[in-house]
Amino acid sequence: MKFHRIAALLSRHLYLYKRSFPRVMEIIYWPFVDLVIWGFITLYLERFKGTMPSFVTFFLGALILWDVLFRAQQGITISFLEEVWSRNLMNLFASPLKPSEFLAATMLLSIAKVVTVSFVTVLVALFFYSFNVFLLGLSLVPFIVNLIVTGWCIGVLTTGLIMRYGQEVEVLAWGLVFLFQPISCVFYPMSVLPEWLRAIAWMNPAAHVFEGMRRVITTGGFPVQDLLWSMGLNALYLAALIFWFHRMFAVCKEKGLLVRVGE
Amino acid sequence: MAEAVVQVQNLTKCFGTFTAVDGISFEIREGEILGLLGPNGAGKTTTIHMLLGVITPTSGAIRVFGLPFDQHRETILNQVNFSSTYVSLPQALTVEENLRVAAGLYGLDRVSERIDDIVTRLEMQEFRSKLTRRLSSGQMTRLSLAKAFLSEPKVLFLDEPTASLDPDIAAKTRAMIQEIRRTTRMTVLYTSHNMREMEEMSDRIIFLQRGRIIAEGTADAIKAECGETDLEEVFLKFAREPEAPVHER
Ligand SMILES: Nc1ncnc2c1ncn2[C@@H]1O[C@H](COP(=O)(O)OP(=O)(O)OP(=O)(O)O)[C@@H](O)[C@H]1O
Ligand SMILES: [Mg+2]
Repeated sequence: MKFHRIAALLSRHLYLYKRSFPRVMEIIYWPFVDLVIWGFITLYLERFKGTMPSFVTFFLGALILWDVLFRAQQGITISFLEEVWSRNLMNLFASPLKPSEFLAATMLLSIAKVVTVSFVTVLVALFFYSFNVFLLGLSLVPFIVNLIVTGWCIGVLTTGLIMRYGQEVEVLAWGLVFLFQPISCVFYPMSVLPEWLRAIAWMNPAAHVFEGMRRVITTGGFPVQDLLWSMGLNALYLAALIFWFHRMFAVCKEKGLLVRVGE
Repeated sequence: MAEAVVQVQNLTKCFGTFTAVDGISFEIREGEILGLLGPNGAGKTTTIHMLLGVITPTSGAIRVFGLPFDQHRETILNQVNFSSTYVSLPQALTVEENLRVAAGLYGLDRVSERIDDIVTRLEMQEFRSKLTRRLSSGQMTRLSLAKAFLSEPKVLFLDEPTASLDPDIAAKTRAMIQEIRRTTRMTVLYTSHNMREMEEMSDRIIFLQRGRIIAEGTADAIKAECGETDLEEVFLKFAREPEAPVHER
């Protein structure tokens, strides 16, 4: 891996965002709207409080964390789509750039997006609902890192599929991640799922993060087990998916798809 | 004789059951400009894409600088570049930004200096800070050429580089390629549907049809073999008589 090539890709995207108001809005708009709606729902539910500990923390915390995963995924997939839309893949991959360097650049971009979005959502939550996400404690940091990695996994998966099957499956960029939402147990504990679905959710690293988050809120302790589970699963999936992505890349070069995507 | 910088042996590309490139072999020597000629769909672009590693050959071997391509992709591509009228750079970036990104991809030093130099040589000053999407198609082609020259490649693949250029800029581009070749011994593979340009530019021509090499040699040699005085006549003769190889290799 050569950092100058990764830096070149990063600069290419920064140039893009520097000038594109819609692209910047895209990062800020959805989390903002989401948070406002869920914030008011939460305030409404608060009126019936007593039956459950702190609605605000549960829902807003969950929402902010889900957005971390979602943005991390988008960071990868949208960066790839930008290259498809501008038919730039040929320029990139006829240069010494390697697919691994490409993925590394998109991962760094996704971190940048997550940080930007989190900044917005945290501020909004603070101003509108006096909800300070940091009250959840610094113990959340390793969980956030895990959510980013899960987002990368889904991002690499969607990117590989779009690269291989073309623009017809472009909707996956926005859609596939939501297939993971119900089994990520974002807003409810894993125990509400039917048994068969619980088994599937168990294999989802994000579910362990959200379980862990709830444990932090309710018990205040640090849920080591949840963290270990999500780390283990994430490492496994990320390694497998990066391997799979390289396979897809090779298939695309065999079929001559790399020079055709975007047409 | 100068040594072969690009060596292609029995190169074949099948897309499913369709054979786009059918067992071609050729060499390009250092400092040589080789013209790849042939009707639409002959396999010229596919050949260039294989030489750039964006399409994997079905069989056959590619060596550049004596190195097998698959094992030395990074080393080779660092010293190779390409330009094609049909491959544009990101439209939402300015000309200069696109050149800066390219400089990063090829790990170049003295970036500003190089960009100033190439922008002057290709007379791109007046649209240097324009958005790429605002350029005319000829200006875009010049940007694509600038990107290719920027890294001072040892090997350059040009796929119909002058297709959208006005006669003045086309002539200047040809002169520039010739000049760079003379001063740096750059090796060039060139495709064009402009026969006069082909004759003017190429030290040697390979005529491709249906993925096969059906003629090879200097423009004069090929014309003589066909008993024609004009390369255009040769082209029409080959293109209209599908199975008429001049000589088997
Ligand atoms: N990815 C692909 N999948 C299937 N067939 C392909 C693919 N790429 C090229 N082909 C086919 O291979 C053949 C050679 O195409 P190529 O683009 O190399 O021709 P060319 O010589 O560059 O023609 P032109 O002068 O029109 O540019 C064509 O018949 C084309 O349809
Ligand atoms: Mg072509």
